Amino acid sequence: MRRVYIIGTGATAVGEHWDRSAASLAIEALNGALGTIPASRLGALYVASALSGSLHAQSQIGVLIATAAGIPGIEVVTVEAGGASGGVALRQAWMAVASGAVDLAAVVGVEKVTDVLDARREAALALATDADWEAIHGVTLTALWALLMRRYMHEYGYTADDFAPFPINAHANAVANPRAMYRFPINADKVRSAPMVSEPLGLLDCSTAADGAAAVIIASEGLARELCANPVRIAGSAVATDTLALHSRPDPLWFNAAAQTTTAALRSAHLAHSDVQVFDLTDPHGIAAALALESSGFAERGTAVALAREGAITPKGRLPLATGGGCKARGDTVGANGVYQIVELVAQLRGQAGAAQVNGARVALAQCMGGIGATVATHILTLD
Amino acid sequence: MDLAKHWRLRHARYRLEGQRNRLTGEVRFPPAPPRPGEAEDVWEPYVLSGRGRVYSFSVVRQPPEGFEDQPPYLVALVRLDEGPMVTAQLTDCDLDQAAIDMPVEMVTRRLRDLGPTGLIVYGYKFRPIVQR
Repeated sequence: MRRVYIIGTGATAVGEHWDRSAASLAIEALNGALGTIPASRLGALYVASALSGSLHAQSQIGVLIATAAGIPGIEVVTVEAGGASGGVALRQAWMAVASGAVDLAAVVGVEKVTDVLDARREAALALATDADWEAIHGVTLTALWALLMRRYMHEYGYTADDFAPFPINAHANAVANPRAMYRFPINADKVRSAPMVSEPLGLLDCSTAADGAAAVIIASEGLARELCANPVRIAGSAVATDTLALHSRPDPLWFNAAAQTTTAALRSAHLAHSDVQVFDLTDPHGIAAALALESSGFAERGTAVALAREGAITPKGRLPLATGGGCKARGDTVGANGVYQIVELVAQLRGQAGAAQVNGARVALAQCMGGIGATVATHILTLD
Repeated sequence: MDLAKHWRLRHARYRLEGQRNRLTGEVRFPPAPPRPGEAEDVWEPYVLSGRGRVYSFSVVRQPPEGFEDQPPYLVALVRLDEGPMVTAQLTDCDLDQAAIDMPVEMVTRRLRDLGPTGLIVYGYKFRPIVQR
């Protein structure tokens, strides 16, 4: 396998882009990532979108974007893996470049969710659950996370208030991110007094689905040296799955695909858990980040919420999370989240993350999740 | 319309019919096709008792399309007495009455209405077991 590098990143602001199409957002992100590299040099394009089929009645959205980018004819792979779409697309690009089949590839994550009303968006998001045995009962992804949060509180003796450090950290970090949707701090009182969305989850512990696109350019080692002064290596890459329905798992509070992919990605990078200095996870709610940290081996079971309370997840802590605002404050771009994670972690490794910079970060972990841990993609990024 | 999609699940939805493995006795729900390598008839139909306990629960206040007439409604993971866990709504239960480990039993209710040109989908929900 060849070494694989990220040589460019780009992203749009996350928000309500009423006047923009999915293609327009995707092209802005792709142009930002390409910089001076002509699009015609790309050997393949990987496009991640979770909801384009269900919300826009447009399949093959990858071809739509290739057409808009003026590169018809290019090999295109459109990836749908719910909230893991971005990470799964990156994995496909990584395999193509690592194998030698492709020298230069682009990964674009794009989501356009504000064209429909809330109920239709909730239904589209709930398609990531098992349609026959979960969604038909009216459960939403938010409700499933809420079920896990209540059980976690029951097992480990926490209150809902104990989860507040996750959204507080996300908002504090988003202040420094010009692309974030919510660039203002919040406090524990505000989190506590927010209206309930799905008990015990309140509004300020729930991400907001929003529009956005992010892109990264992936290159072989030779091209990376030629085209980029400060490439970031993708040192580990893994994707795994769990049962589609949450209720089919022996222990719903354990994400086996997170455990498997973290172990595999760290092993291929020849790194240990303790080497990772900055994280970006699928964190639409505090409980999601907590379970991901525990299942991935970065916290003992039942302790992630206590660690967050002690400040471990802030940029100065041992497990810095959501340095660009995470799903909560950057805005939840669903299938594009996995690519936004890479854009933000590359900025961390290049020392360009501003007020949310983790000092001296050289190893980063990106993990994105489709459904409730049904698909998990984990990548390790390093500086050579 | 989705008629066949719901019709073919009627035994599981209306009476919680799962499967039992003829060799091992394992009970599973929902029913599924035999896995690669398994004999075609190794899983036989098996109606579960419909009794279980609440593993966890929540309330849906921002419903998906098709459920707009229902909120707030309780949803739960229910651990059935035979072992499998299912996702379902709790019914005949006040929002503040639900609790982890609460004993519940299955009832057949309307799940959703697919509209004037569709059908009304019925299936299992769970209610607190009334002590007599």
